[in-house]
Amino acid sequence: MTAQERSLTVAPNPAYAGTAIADEVLAPTTKTAKPPRSRWVFVWWIVFILGVLYFILPLIGTVLFSLRDRPFLNAYTSILGDPQFFASLGYSFIVGIITIILSIALMVPTAYWVRLRMPRARPIVEFVTLLPFVIPPIVLVFGLISTYSHPPLPFTYSDIGSTALLVFAYVVLSFPYMYRAVDTGLRTMDIRSLTEASQSLGAGWFRLIVDVILPNLRVALLAGAFLTLAIVIGEFTIANFLARPAFAPYLSLLGSNYPYQQAAVAVVSFALTWIAMALIAVVGRGSRNRITVTGTR
Amino acid sequence: MTGAAQTMPTQGATRPGSRRFGWTWLGLTPFFIFSTLFLLIPTAYLVIGSLQDSSGNWTLQNYSDLSDPQTLNAYLTSIEISLVTAVAGGVFGLLMAYAVISGGLPGRFRSGLMTFSGVASNFAGIPLALAFIFTIGRAGFLTSILSNLGLNPYDHGFNLYTKLGLEIVYFYFQLPLMILIIAPAIDGLKKEWREAAANMGATDSQFWLHVAGPVLAPTIIGSMILLFGNAFGAQATAYQLTGGFINIVTILIGNQLTGDVLHNVGLGYALAMGMVFILAITLVAYSFLQRRSERWMR
Repeated sequence: MTAQERSLTVAPNPAYAGTAIADEVLAPTTKTAKPPRSRWVFVWWIVFILGVLYFILPLIGTVLFSLRDRPFLNAYTSILGDPQFFASLGYSFIVGIITIILSIALMVPTAYWVRLRMPRARPIVEFVTLLPFVIPPIVLVFGLISTYSHPPLPFTYSDIGSTALLVFAYVVLSFPYMYRAVDTGLRTMDIRSLTEASQSLGAGWFRLIVDVILPNLRVALLAGAFLTLAIVIGEFTIANFLARPAFAPYLSLLGSNYPYQQAAVAVVSFALTWIAMALIAVVGRGSRNRITVTGTR
Repeated sequence: MTGAAQTMPTQGATRPGSRRFGWTWLGLTPFFIFSTLFLLIPTAYLVIGSLQDSSGNWTLQNYSDLSDPQTLNAYLTSIEISLVTAVAGGVFGLLMAYAVISGGLPGRFRSGLMTFSGVASNFAGIPLALAFIFTIGRAGFLTSILSNLGLNPYDHGFNLYTKLGLEIVYFYFQLPLMILIIAPAIDGLKKEWREAAANMGATDSQFWLHVAGPVLAPTIIGSMILLFGNAFGAQATAYQLTGGFINIVTILIGNQLTGDVLHNVGLGYALAMGMVFILAITLVAYSFLQRRSERWMR
């Protein structure tokens, strides 16, 4: 089982040759081109140091700015006393969890069914799961608001309806990497035999998906879940236009009155992204980074 | 367990799908209903709206109105920013990935940079814009260090809250994305190719011009196209950095959504469809180049 899980995290899927997502496989360095002569090493050091400075300075700047508030650490203690901070973070967290559950509930049976019974439907399912790359969040939310802010389905009339719409939009955003993760996972296991075995033991479809397929996919699903959480917590565009009390809109508005607190919340936001990505690295044994180009930009 | 199942096939799982056409499609209905409701219908709504005038008659006027100075300018600025950051991020990302993979730097730099790039490519939106405001904004820490040295960038024409500033900020998610995409391709440059070229008397520059360059070119161009799309659809970062006062397509759509700034709903829809059209072209071009580059990456 562990060998299977490991192979599941490194196997790239050739069927996804044309997707907006690429896999970074940390291949062994042995086949890499020979290191160039030493006079170039100096140049590569400069390139590397410039890049690292560019990456690090804005992070340092944010931390330093948040520490300018007096007394020391006041920005951090005052956000801890701000109920809106916890409310917005909690809201985004719950929205993220519901998004993950819905996304898994939708993608696992779909990818399973395509692989087992409907290979013919693969091109169309893949096409649909890739659409979020062509339809960016701003266009998606424009379409959703235009469609659902009036009868027959006036989602935006109520808070719960708007939140539902937000979750649905995030599920759409998760399509490309979720479908891909599940499909890659399914490819490495013999789902036909697993299906036949569990059916001959009397399991129904629900039990088959929940007790047989899902446990075999847990590495792929956990990575997808943490990525979803990172994206949802940082997402601004859709949450803002649906007027939801989410974390990113809260962070965005904080600055007009509380610049130091805003810096402190930005640091918290960085930390959350780091934690989510670190968890992906841990569950995936660091064997690969998943790249996504839909999301929070 | 598996053997038993093979000798005694059960119903359903082994029956060919074609014989139960209706039932096999039924398994995909939740997915298709969801996608139709929350992806296809909203998109179709924009398509139809873009083809109608304010009283509901069919027209192409909205698309010809895209040539109005404001909307045309928004497209041109969006394209320019995406192009500049895609090329700059692409070139520097390639150099940086090459530096840690084949540049003779200590090996642990490579895994460090890859891990960081995985995280940094997900730093975007509001926190990213803020990080730059706190660093080289008017009151940023780097700005105050530089102005103590008598080099205040704002005295020399620099302004973070402009197109150039936005490009500098977008570079932050473009660069790591390029590093992540290009690293496997650099790995794929086989040692034997360099040795073979050297054996036949090729110089370093000949190797790059005739072997490594042509092999890497589709991947590099394809990656830059992906970066282009990545920047083109960005809204939150630009909104936070400029307060919504930069005329790019995503900001204009957002302003239209909150206050009908174009004074024409149909034009707003056409504006969104123009974005979808450009992004569709980038995706098609990317898939084409991706397929080409895979010939060598085996």
